[in-house]
Amino acid sequence: MAQPVLEFERPLLELERQIGDLRGFAEGENLEIQEELRRLETKAARMRHEIFSRLTPWQRVQLARHPGRPNTLEYVASLCEESMELAGDRNFRDDPALVAGLGLSAGAPLVWMGHQKGGSDVKENVRRNFGYAHPEGYRKAARLFHMAGKFGVPAVAFVDTQGAYPGIGAEERGISEAIARNLKTMLSLHSPFVAVITGEGGSGGALGIAVADVVLILEHAFYSVITPEGCASILWSDSSKAPQAAEALKFTSSDLIQLGVVEEIIPEPEGGAHRDPEAARRTVREVVLRHLARLKAMDPEDRLRRRRERFLKLGVFDTDPDLTPREPR
Amino acid sequence: MSWLQKTREKLGGVPRRDMPGDLWIKCEGCGEILYKKELDKTLWTCPKCEYHFRISARLFTPMITDTFVETDQDVVSTDPLGFRALKRYKDQLKQARQKTGLSDALVAGEATLDSHPFLLGVMDFGFMGGSMGSVVGEKFARLGRRALERRQPLVVSAQSGGARMQEGVLSLMQMAKTCVRLAELEEAGVPFISILTHPTTGGTTASFASLGDVILAEPRAVIGFAGPRVIAQTIRQELPPGFQRSEFLLEHGMVDRVVHRQALKPTLSFLLRFFAQARGQAAIGT
Repeated sequence: MAQPVLEFERPLLELERQIGDLRGFAEGENLEIQEELRRLETKAARMRHEIFSRLTPWQRVQLARHPGRPNTLEYVASLCEESMELAGDRNFRDDPALVAGLGLSAGAPLVWMGHQKGGSDVKENVRRNFGYAHPEGYRKAARLFHMAGKFGVPAVAFVDTQGAYPGIGAEERGISEAIARNLKTMLSLHSPFVAVITGEGGSGGALGIAVADVVLILEHAFYSVITPEGCASILWSDSSKAPQAAEALKFTSSDLIQLGVVEEIIPEPEGGAHRDPEAARRTVREVVLRHLARLKAMDPEDRLRRRRERFLKLGVFDTDPDLTPREPR
Repeated sequence: MSWLQKTREKLGGVPRRDMPGDLWIKCEGCGEILYKKELDKTLWTCPKCEYHFRISARLFTPMITDTFVETDQDVVSTDPLGFRALKRYKDQLKQARQKTGLSDALVAGEATLDSHPFLLGVMDFGFMGGSMGSVVGEKFARLGRRALERRQPLVVSAQSGGARMQEGVLSLMQMAKTCVRLAELEEAGVPFISILTHPTTGGTTASFASLGDVILAEPRAVIGFAGPRVIAQTIRQELPPGFQRSEFLLEHGMVDRVVHRQALKPTLSFLLRFFAQARGQAAIGT
């Protein structure tokens, strides 16, 4: 499976290739080769640690967008021993960019939804509209939120999108209303609800399925009000300043913990989720199930009240005593 | 967000309409030279072509109220990210305060119209493109809480380029924060009336502004999620004429009525009368 190589992981991948080649020769008891292998492996481990312990925000963006990362349907396949995708918003069409359905996880029912990208497969990516959902995707998710409430089962959302689709049809059919309605729906849902930012948490398109009791984020994923490229082209008038914008926006997983926007960082396999997708999927399953178990034990009214308070608390402001009330006009 | 800038480029260079200055002004709709004193009488709409000038919150508020007492003007941003692009966010805030005399992009307060009390928020594009950051979210939430406690309608007039990116993801979270109150008002049977003015885009449209029990829009206002230029770039096509204007939204079922500014006060008055009666019924039920 040919996958794009990120610039900063190139020396590491080169070294790993050398190690692989050398292994091919090392079938016998050649001590010299064994010695060289050990040396290279130590070097690779050190390099891996060096690269991945000090990733810049911009490097994380590239990791978060890596087409080899697990996608929503793959996470669902790991989370649920059985699952069934459901289609359509019962209004206009089905949106392949935002998938949703039912699942049995550890024997218990849940509903799931998430943005679906096409990975390295160009045709599939086009069919999935690169994970840019239309209003129909959000309205399909709304159907599933309603089902979760009606049948008292939890909801799990997987977020991975640059944003909602900026197009004529999306505007005509009310992309704003579809997202806005979902925000209110999620803030009225009595079921336990966990959201996981798995790759790109892009603006309103991400938030549109992520107003949850607990928001989790993968180590190298990010969650932002705007793409770094978009921010750079607006505030620097130069989209090549995206790395600077990525710094300024403070959107990496550790920043988000500090800001109170996410509850927990899900660690990724060394080198990122694309290096060992199976392991990443297993970890996500474990962490999601742990949170669901805790949330299920709570009183539904109390849980919803806490979800509302969680979002009411977000934001930082001050009161300025100098700004005394003015005379009413 | 890019639509914010695009809209700014288009609109931001235009001098503010409520500043005392020359006696005459050229209509941006039809080019007619208009006498400013006359515009005060027509509520800053062109008598020839009905073009609606974008006006400040201070100018707009009396047009839809009989009385208004501002609240929470002491809530201010603290620059939570220490944000700096070409300019420092702190400096931008200072400039916006000086320019507008406002503490942030939403003016909140207690209003009456025809003796009906309600909670009113009016956004002002002049303050950093009317962008929604933590302060706008907090002031909205406080208005919503009072609406809930007093069982009085909440009315918010939007005029915003979307989320304030200088506050990063915290500004995105304000979309959810405003919707917490709307979910509570829904349960309590307290009405929310949304007024959309030019322009209303991005995270503001994709949160509270699209969730009114009744949604009114001023004529010809640009209302949408993505900015027109972003869409044109994405689809590499010309946009249809009138795209994302109030009348387009009316046609597509996204707003209830397009209302001339001069008709806003009687329209709002009717809605307040209607909901006063309707709320009476709900109150008996609870």
